[in-house]
Amino acid sequence: MQIEADTRSIPALPKHRGGAWRDVAGILLIAVAGAAGYFLFPDSLALLTRVTALAMLALSLDLVVGYCGVATLGQAALFGAGAYAAGIACVSGVTEPLSLLLIGAVAGAAAGLVMGGIMLRAHGLAQLVLSIAIVQLFHEAANKASSYTGGSDGLAGLTVGPLFGIFAFDLWGRTAYLLGVVILVAVFAALKFVVASPFGMMCRGIKEDPIRIRSMGAFVSPVLLKMFVISGAVAGTGGALAAISTQVVGLDSVSFELSANALVMLVLGGIGTLYGAIVGTIIFMAFEHVVSAINPFHWMTMVGALLIAVVIAAPRGLGGLVARLWTPSRHGERP
Amino acid sequence: MPASTLEVQGLSAGYGPTRVLEDLSFSVAAGERLSILGRNGMGKTTLLSSIMGLTRHQGGAILLDGDDVSRLRGSERARRGVGLVPQTRDIFRSLTVEENLLAGIKDRPGSVIAEAYEMFPRLKERRRNLGWQLSGGEQQMLSTARCILGEPSLLLLDEPLEGLAPVICDELMIAFTKLAAGGSMTVLLVEQRIEAALDFAEKVVILERGRIVWQGTSTALRADDQLIEHYIGVGTLH
Repeated sequence: MQIEADTRSIPALPKHRGGAWRDVAGILLIAVAGAAGYFLFPDSLALLTRVTALAMLALSLDLVVGYCGVATLGQAALFGAGAYAAGIACVSGVTEPLSLLLIGAVAGAAAGLVMGGIMLRAHGLAQLVLSIAIVQLFHEAANKASSYTGGSDGLAGLTVGPLFGIFAFDLWGRTAYLLGVVILVAVFAALKFVVASPFGMMCRGIKEDPIRIRSMGAFVSPVLLKMFVISGAVAGTGGALAAISTQVVGLDSVSFELSANALVMLVLGGIGTLYGAIVGTIIFMAFEHVVSAINPFHWMTMVGALLIAVVIAAPRGLGGLVARLWTPSRHGERP
Repeated sequence: MPASTLEVQGLSAGYGPTRVLEDLSFSVAAGERLSILGRNGMGKTTLLSSIMGLTRHQGGAILLDGDDVSRLRGSERARRGVGLVPQTRDIFRSLTVEENLLAGIKDRPGSVIAEAYEMFPRLKERRRNLGWQLSGGEQQMLSTARCILGEPSLLLLDEPLEGLAPVICDELMIAFTKLAAGGSMTVLLVEQRIEAALDFAEKVVILERGRIVWQGTSTALRADDQLIEHYIGVGTLH
């Protein structure tokens, strides 16, 4: 059976350009940029490793905010859960780095399950308040359980073994950085697959019209909870990477401030694209690094000014601005 | 999923405290087509919404294949095979055509989207267009195709021709007729274009102020101009 529509209203589109190939190109670009960072900034690899860890936090935030429309300011709870789990495992004798990353991912996923289970009982502002309450509770728990977490002094004494028994975590941070880039690229590729799957479309459908999704036969909360768990695993991996690379876990890894910074990174780069999370993290961290060196007391003012400028000039973030300039939006084609 | 039987027994439903439907009873056999007619505001859309579980159930029963689903939520009814193509079309405007279809395939493999493209080739050409960029006819095709990909056993079509050019209406009605002709789904059609509705369905129900005032075959209704004039407000059919 074939049905033809009246085509007078809209011109025919250009040929299909292959979204999958564009994703492959994007992933390769991230890998190449990561390799370039290794050679261009050999003295700043610790900072760049921090960027890869925080990029995973921003990616995890994009999953719930950008793809599901869930308002949260507590994403650092998931990052911190991964960091502390990996840190505690490490001081308890697990020193193999990939195992520590896995432990961080599992802890983050578990924290995501708890957080999602609580947050999805509310909507809108109440949901936002719940997220803040949860991250504050995680923060306080980490502070009080000082015999496990080191409390306000932080969890120190992490001695991570060499990667594959060969590559030691050296003083210059080369191993940690390369591990961070590989993990980031792998996570990004996996998330691209997730958000392009029917499950990912379901999440975006929920963001746009949850009632419609219900009448299509889907249960909204379980779908969102699943995304919270995935998001937690990603954030937890980032937290574990931060713990492995710095060999210390502080209370700042589970702070409201880190949650807010992650949201700023996401807004800067653009919500709901995954690319925006990485671009925003790089810009935020680079800006913080440069401006705080110039003026250590007022750098946050400059960050605030940057954010205002970006939000006014490009409401969809820098990623959205680039996409708008790059793609033939008059046809309404997906960037 | 084979076509479902539907039996509505003494159904009352509405919005909040307001009762829109009052003691409605009718049945549709598996694979049968039923048109629901009536003037504006008589409860036709509310009836479909109630079968879908989107309104407040206030009494009676809705039996799907003999099981009472009136206490089930909309999502659970959809999983039991009820599919609604709403009057507002309700496509996801920020998603592309292909993404809209992917969102509707449930647990089926992504390759089933080819079925939708086979049914509506125009959607294939538009597959990377965002939903809001589609014409009304294309949106209707997308909404219908997405619903069909969910393999409903009971398809509810709420004024699918509203606001569309006559040529598109004819083409859509051909599509609906072919979809229903296989007997793989039972179809309820709410439609203001009475000729299209009578051509489509074997049976007809007429609603007035939330009550069924007439039900019978489309052939019988077609032969009774006075009845049509009285309840639907149009003159002799041609």
